[in-house]
Amino acid sequence: MMNPPAFWQNGPAPGNFYSFPNMQPQMKPEESRQHSQGPVTTSTSILALAYDKGVIVAGDLLASYGSLARYTNCPRIFKVNNNIILGASGDYADFQYVKEFVEQKIITEECLDDGLFLKPKSLYCWLTRILYQRRSKMDPLWNNFVVAGIQDGQPFLGTVDKLGTAYTDKVICTGYGSYIATPLLRDAADKKPQLTLDEARAHIEKSLEVLYYRDARSFPKYQLGIIDVDQGVSIEGPLEISQNWNVAYSIKGY
Amino acid sequence: MSSIGTGYDLSASQFSPDGRVFQVEYAMKAVENSGTVIGLKGSDGIILAAEKLILSKLHEPSTNQRIFNIDKHIGMAFSGLIADARQIVQIARREAAEYRQQYGSSIPLKYLNDRVSMYMHAYTLYSAIRPYGCSVILASYENGEPVMYTIDPSGISYGNHGCATGKAKQSAKTEIEKLKLGQIPCKELAKEAAKIIYLVHDELKDKNFELELSWVCKDSNGYHERVPEVVFQEAEKAAKQAMEADSESDTEDM
Amino acid sequence: MVLESDNDWMNAAHSTGTSIMAAEFKGGVVIGADSRTTTGAYIANRVTDKLTKVTEHIYCCRSGSAADTQAISDIVSYHLGFHGMELGEEPLVEVGANVFKELCYNYRDSLMAGILVAGWDKKKGGQVYSIPIGGMCVRQSVSIGGSGSSYVYGYVDANYKQDMTQEECVKFVTNTLALAMSRDGSSGGVVRLGIISEKGIERKVILGTELPKFYQE
Repeated sequence: MMNPPAFWQNGPAPGNFYSFPNMQPQMKPEESRQHSQGPVTTSTSILALAYDKGVIVAGDLLASYGSLARYTNCPRIFKVNNNIILGASGDYADFQYVKEFVEQKIITEECLDDGLFLKPKSLYCWLTRILYQRRSKMDPLWNNFVVAGIQDGQPFLGTVDKLGTAYTDKVICTGYGSYIATPLLRDAADKKPQLTLDEARAHIEKSLEVLYYRDARSFPKYQLGIIDVDQGVSIEGPLEISQNWNVAYSIKGY
Repeated sequence: MSSIGTGYDLSASQFSPDGRVFQVEYAMKAVENSGTVIGLKGSDGIILAAEKLILSKLHEPSTNQRIFNIDKHIGMAFSGLIADARQIVQIARREAAEYRQQYGSSIPLKYLNDRVSMYMHAYTLYSAIRPYGCSVILASYENGEPVMYTIDPSGISYGNHGCATGKAKQSAKTEIEKLKLGQIPCKELAKEAAKIIYLVHDELKDKNFELELSWVCKDSNGYHERVPEVVFQEAEKAAKQAMEADSESDTEDM
Repeated sequence: MVLESDNDWMNAAHSTGTSIMAAEFKGGVVIGADSRTTTGAYIANRVTDKLTKVTEHIYCCRSGSAADTQAISDIVSYHLGFHGMELGEEPLVEVGANVFKELCYNYRDSLMAGILVAGWDKKKGGQVYSIPIGGMCVRQSVSIGGSGSSYVYGYVDANYKQDMTQEECVKFVTNTLALAMSRDGSSGGVVRLGIISEKGIERKVILGTELPKFYQE
């Protein structure tokens, strides 16, 4: 039988800390404080797809309280400036907090009146710093953010999670969408790398429909944010997800 | 200034025997040395106009601005020392941002005016500091109402329908009084504002100047911004025409 | 001697396990609440007033920890009182709601508070804002809260109408609360109502014996 050599010696077991002789525990249990028990009012997936001349972002209007569909008119896609759309899923209170300070940043910037405006890569990077800092304080902002925009004439699409982990891609979905919608949208984007707006929109709408059938925290009213090189920013909605339940007729028994 | 040299003008924290604070009066003098600034209330908003004196041939246009944004819906114009004014601008911006953060809505101009006046007044009370050498005009368009205030170096503020500070404030006020304030739409008022600035400009003493025009009104969706290029050109053209007509009639008289 | 006891009323915190609601109508807003405060299963107070004044035209309906929500509304009412003096006019309802939100969000880890802020102002008329436990804030035409609310979401969705008359709205709020109180063990007692309009507040009490009756086995 093969006996692999030890990974390292004289050290703590994986997942444990070094214990030095005579060292007092750093923190007594009663001094410790628990932060962020977790999200409370939550919103589900955000779907986003980059097309040839821009990015399209979709998210429904529901804020759930556990499994209770409590607030049915909670927009979570908003225009940051003429370069950026920001979408978020996760804790709605944290989203409102982030929205407020991003908007204040834009006001401060507009006040300077220097003709320069925040660009999507900058906001994306800034959000990673904020979210990483908060997770390092053991008090994360419980959101997934999707930054969509136009930079140097090119579509930009990136996401940041509650730990500050970030990546860019042509297809980004958060929450349940990352399991169900990502494969559908990646497939579409791979088959035709330069999608038109109409095609991208059709793919997003189809993905929303599938997600509505399979995500128990989804809702049929949604918003679409589109940022386009030529058309600029538009936020549409509330829109209704199209549905088809005809299969129900063919099911008998269980 | 009959009391200069009596020793009571060295500190802002000391009255003269006849009850005056000379440092504050000198600060007012600093304001009178600078270019004229006016604010006019129209039927649907407010126009701010500034005569920016160009002291050097090396000056780059559009720098050293005399009209600033404070928040989305608030503009500030000043006359006096630019460095002093910039500090007031910074204070006002911070007040507006803090209000937004605490109360979740935009700061009412009345409230901002109170805060900034109090701040400026505090600088007239101590021996170690000098009063601000600038007067500012605050303008906004809130809930469909144009609102405007001016603040002196003394910290006194006035609500106005029309106001002028700086070099030619007297003749500018005379001109402003001829207008039907509160009744003219901003697009028209921009021309009147430009005319007044051109009219009160003293060509003999100050050679060059640059006109600055901004508005907060219905047409700008309640935002404070520099007037659009078209409006600016039209206003400046109207002003120049008025000046020509004026000089022609002058020669006829002779 | 061991004081630990199995009786929940000795250890449990006073909690307004509650039914509260607020609904906009034409010209104002109706707020309502039950009157039960429990300590575990013991009714610590059967005639509680959960409709708390913040300013002349802004009230809040409290749910969650009685201590937390009382402290919050005391702070907010002080803050808005001062702010009103600075402004020279009454603060807007949205401003009031935002001050509540700011506290509930910033201290979310230490508070147990679900608050409805309702009132009238001359800018937007009757308004209702819901601030649940995590410290978000959202405006709604009608909002319900507290443990009893989960039993009556269906009733509210089926019966609320935009721009009801005052009488219709009062009837609607009374019915909703009566239904919630009858199904939720942590809610009960009397129905307290407040009608906030331009004129200020008009308060009513509907005694337990006078509550509307619905189907019962």
